[in-house]
Amino acid sequence: MKSTQKKTLLVVASILLVIWALVTVIPMYWMLVGSVQDSAMSASFKPQMIPEQLSLSPYERFFAKTDAWRWLYNSLLIAVILTVTNVFFASLAGYAFAKLKFPGSQAVFWTLLGTMMIPAQVTLIPLYILMVNVFDLGDTYTAIILPAAVSVGNIFLMKQFMSTLPTSLIHAARIDACSEFGIFWKVILPMAKPGIAVLAIFTFVASWNEFFWPFLITNSNEMRTVQVGLASFVFAESTDFGAMMAGATIGALPMIILFFSLQRYFLQGITIGAVKG
Amino acid sequence: MQTALAPKPSVPRTSRVARFWRDYGWAYLFILAPVLLFLIFTLYPVLTALVMSFQKYNIMNSTWVGLDNYERLVKDETFWKSIKNTVIFTVGTVPVNILITFVLSYFIYQMKSKWQTFFKATMYLPAVASGVTISIVWLAIFDPTDSGLLNRFLGLFGLDPVIWLGQSGTALFSLILMNWLGSHGAGIILYLAAMGGIPKSLYEAADIDHASGWTQFSKITWPLLKPTTLYLLVTGVITSFQVFISVYLMTQGGPNFATTTIAYLIYETAFKFYEFGLASAQSFVLAVIIIVISVIQFKYFSSDIEY
Repeated sequence: MKSTQKKTLLVVASILLVIWALVTVIPMYWMLVGSVQDSAMSASFKPQMIPEQLSLSPYERFFAKTDAWRWLYNSLLIAVILTVTNVFFASLAGYAFAKLKFPGSQAVFWTLLGTMMIPAQVTLIPLYILMVNVFDLGDTYTAIILPAAVSVGNIFLMKQFMSTLPTSLIHAARIDACSEFGIFWKVILPMAKPGIAVLAIFTFVASWNEFFWPFLITNSNEMRTVQVGLASFVFAESTDFGAMMAGATIGALPMIILFFSLQRYFLQGITIGAVKG
Repeated sequence: MQTALAPKPSVPRTSRVARFWRDYGWAYLFILAPVLLFLIFTLYPVLTALVMSFQKYNIMNSTWVGLDNYERLVKDETFWKSIKNTVIFTVGTVPVNILITFVLSYFIYQMKSKWQTFFKATMYLPAVASGVTISIVWLAIFDPTDSGLLNRFLGLFGLDPVIWLGQSGTALFSLILMNWLGSHGAGIILYLAAMGGIPKSLYEAADIDHASGWTQFSKITWPLLKPTTLYLLVTGVITSFQVFISVYLMTQGGPNFATTTIAYLIYETAFKFYEFGLASAQSFVLAVIIIVISVIQFKYFSSDIEY
């Protein structure tokens, strides 16, 4: 009785999972097939699920009508810089909060963490005025990068990760008269590689996908990131669905490739910090 | 702890200040950058926003207007509508998504590990695409003519095409539907990790006591997964209260304010009408709502969790 129950459950589960996997993937699949069929010249966009004729003309149109190369360059530059700054500063601070005892450490840490509850909308307007009117940094890389240079969430993740590292090596290095930064650089960082890999991947993807702040702070075409540029393209060209799909693919494909090549890190990484270990 | 562990030579003449910096200076240096960024880009803006919410803000000269902005927004129909829309969106998406996520995770957990990885990867995939990409794809899926993917699907059952985003009756529902069918990947991975952490011995003991499948589920699985459910609930509510990209790209808050959410209203008030004071007041109402809901969720949900 028990084993037949289990078998029925497995069959039902398998069927449901396959259906839901299809539901999940169909939009992405449709984006891809929509971007390689040329149907923009006809009145309505009607790509087929199984394309009869492949054509790259939606991509040609997308690149011809926009500054997509420049946007891609901006996005890549910003994502790389943000990944480096976040990994460095979040590991450094995470290490300090996890392993060094100093007066006020708990108060500072919980203050930082507490502000995570404040929605971004609150700081947005003063931040915008500060950047544009006070620092005169509107429409610059600095303005896009600086407020996101290190996030509290990342510090929290690194603190969680750092606290799992053995303390004995730190003591040993200290006895060898290694400087505190030397300990961080030569002892902690190498041990923290798995955590750093995860942090780097997630920061890179999040920075690449970030929309709202770059959208507010940039106003020239050359300073747009891929996501902001794509949005502007949708408003300008709302009839050319083929080119829109090509653009959407351009914006997502690098991350999809990254996901498939580093799948293991993605799937393990989500649980750091979220599940009580 | 440096002082306790480093061999302490007796250095009588070092002043207390110097010793303090020798012991703790590095630690302060290590947290300096995040703390500075926090002061400039979080604390200062929050305080400024608070002040601005009591002002009629102007870059040149702002005037103090007391509670005028708050009074204005309480009387503003669009504001109430935006709250209503946001609440409907949140109530319509978060519990349903958690249920879907839970059922999927429970089923995936029964699979062999190779298949677990396959389903995890498949269902996580859309999460790597940006909100902009997802919105563009769904714009095409919701296309009101019969070339839209959803309308084609309805056509298979002989149903007429629907103007999904273009009429007030279906616009908000369309955004909710898109959310249901979106990614549950991160939640699935969290649930699976938590399910893997439940000791097998609990189920074995339950089997010996002839506890039914349902009893095992309701007495072991569900209670032990509560922290994960709470996490998904809190983060889900916080993100859905701030939904913006899909509204901005797909409906612009329309038609007839049917999809104007609080976050979108704040954006319009500030950057379309340049009413910075009013927008700051709106953003503080949003902040208070989010904080209150989070606290209630923590209180209600975590009261009976035991570790």
